[in-house]
Amino acid sequence: MTKVKELVKEQAEKHGRERTSLMPILQAVVKSEHYLSEEAMEAIAEELDLSTADVFGTASFYTFLDTVPRGEYVIRVCKTITCHMKGKDEIIDTISDMLKIKLGETTTDKKFSLLQANCIGWCHKGPVMLINDEVYPEITPEKASDIINEYLKKG
Amino acid sequence: MEKMIKKVDLIFGKVDYMDILEKVLQRTRDEIILDVIDSGLRGRGGAGFPTGLKWKFAKNEEADQKYVICNADEGEPGTFKDREILTEVPEKVLAGMALCGYCLGANEGYIYLRGEYNFLLPSLHKAIDEFHAKLKDLGLDFTIRINSGSGAYVCGEETALMESMEGKRGEPRNKPPFPTSEGYLGKPTSVNNVETLVFALMIAKEGPTKFKEMGTFDSRGSKVFSVSGDTPTPGIYELELGMTLQQFVDEFGDGDTKAVQVGGASGFCVSRKDFKDTLIGFEGIPTGGSMMLFNSTRSMYNILNDYLEFFEEESCGQCTPCRVGCQQLLKGIEAVKKGNKPPAYLEELQKLSDTMRIASKCGLGQSAPNPFNSIINNFREEIIY
Repeated sequence: MTKVKELVKEQAEKHGRERTSLMPILQAVVKSEHYLSEEAMEAIAEELDLSTADVFGTASFYTFLDTVPRGEYVIRVCKTITCHMKGKDEIIDTISDMLKIKLGETTTDKKFSLLQANCIGWCHKGPVMLINDEVYPEITPEKASDIINEYLKKG
Repeated sequence: MEKMIKKVDLIFGKVDYMDILEKVLQRTRDEIILDVIDSGLRGRGGAGFPTGLKWKFAKNEEADQKYVICNADEGEPGTFKDREILTEVPEKVLAGMALCGYCLGANEGYIYLRGEYNFLLPSLHKAIDEFHAKLKDLGLDFTIRINSGSGAYVCGEETALMESMEGKRGEPRNKPPFPTSEGYLGKPTSVNNVETLVFALMIAKEGPTKFKEMGTFDSRGSKVFSVSGDTPTPGIYELELGMTLQQFVDEFGDGDTKAVQVGGASGFCVSRKDFKDTLIGFEGIPTGGSMMLFNSTRSMYNILNDYLEFFEEESCGQCTPCRVGCQQLLKGIEAVKKGNKPPAYLEELQKLSDTMRIASKCGLGQSAPNPFNSIINNFREEIIY
């Protein structure tokens, strides 16, 4: 059994094989694999007795349930109004320069993906970004650069 | 300058919530629901449905299982108060859910937490574990679980939220049937905003009178506001309802406020000339709490463009008026700005927005025209030139 299939099975044991278990399983696979591969979606479909199309249809609805490979650390810079006004573009440029990737891209070592997100609920402390589940409010280009350097050190 | 705005501390003040629950549980479900109805409390997520009535409808249903859902899918741009409530006083939210469960006859509750707030999960799980242990001492059978969202604004719409909880695409359902009769897994369900649940708890504690005395006839009580944009004091404030936008701007503006977006991206843009005559509330312009201030350095075109881009991306795509409408409004203002369409094209787009308002299936498509029309009407020249 491949690693992904094992993971799916383990998650199905944990969350159950009801339809209501689908979201938690999809979320767990994304957390561990950084995206939902075809193999993962087929395995989930089999475990939950659903069609693969149904699993893909559900997954592709949600922004955070990526169906293309992402990096270990997914950076999501908020792009909505207040963060836009407070300078999210400079933040994106800074990170883009550091990691040598454009918006939507992933570094070749599969460590970082750089994305934008719609309002993430920190408008009074913009600009703000998420790195996986961690929040970084009130960032400046300098702060962003320090934060990314910390992640780069994580090896 | 005299400060006209009254600050209130019902939501964030610490209380002995177990003591409240213990006292409340000695009263009948009907008495509590009547108090909530009498208080005039309306949903604080934005839609403003009377909370007590919602509870009454769900309570009156005969069913083997009922559910309480706390809607913590706070996605409206400019709103961030529910995150603060869940951070500062999670136990009051949990107690509000248990209160709702008691009134409905439901023993299961769910918090639907937006994926962007996943960092709250450890502290919430801890609070829930402690809460469960205390409920046991009270002898109340009520279990709370958390479901995480995955980055879809439309899941804040209650029926889309339940679809998502059921493991499906977060596409809104047709109403009726309403969730109070057929909600989560087809069972009677009360979906309430985070802030609403805390207010209900405080009303159960203090009786409806104190709450009712605040605010106006249609907008009773106080409300937590999320203030952002061009303001020297961005943040979260609980204020008595009934103030005019002018009073609000006097308190929070930077002296150069040219417009305020009331109610988030799906709300209305009010320009300076109308501040005095605009009441913040259900009889004026309602808000789920989002207040974004813009000063004269801001381009209203860029702001409208941001809003429309947001809706174009977040429309679930299920119904045509919203899917195509959001896209065409965005393309339309871009074409007018570039001179590829004449200014009169804006009137065509306004007709389209009327169609969206009437024909869209859920609140997203019905309210996307709000920022469009209010910005076009107030700042037409900024959109064209």
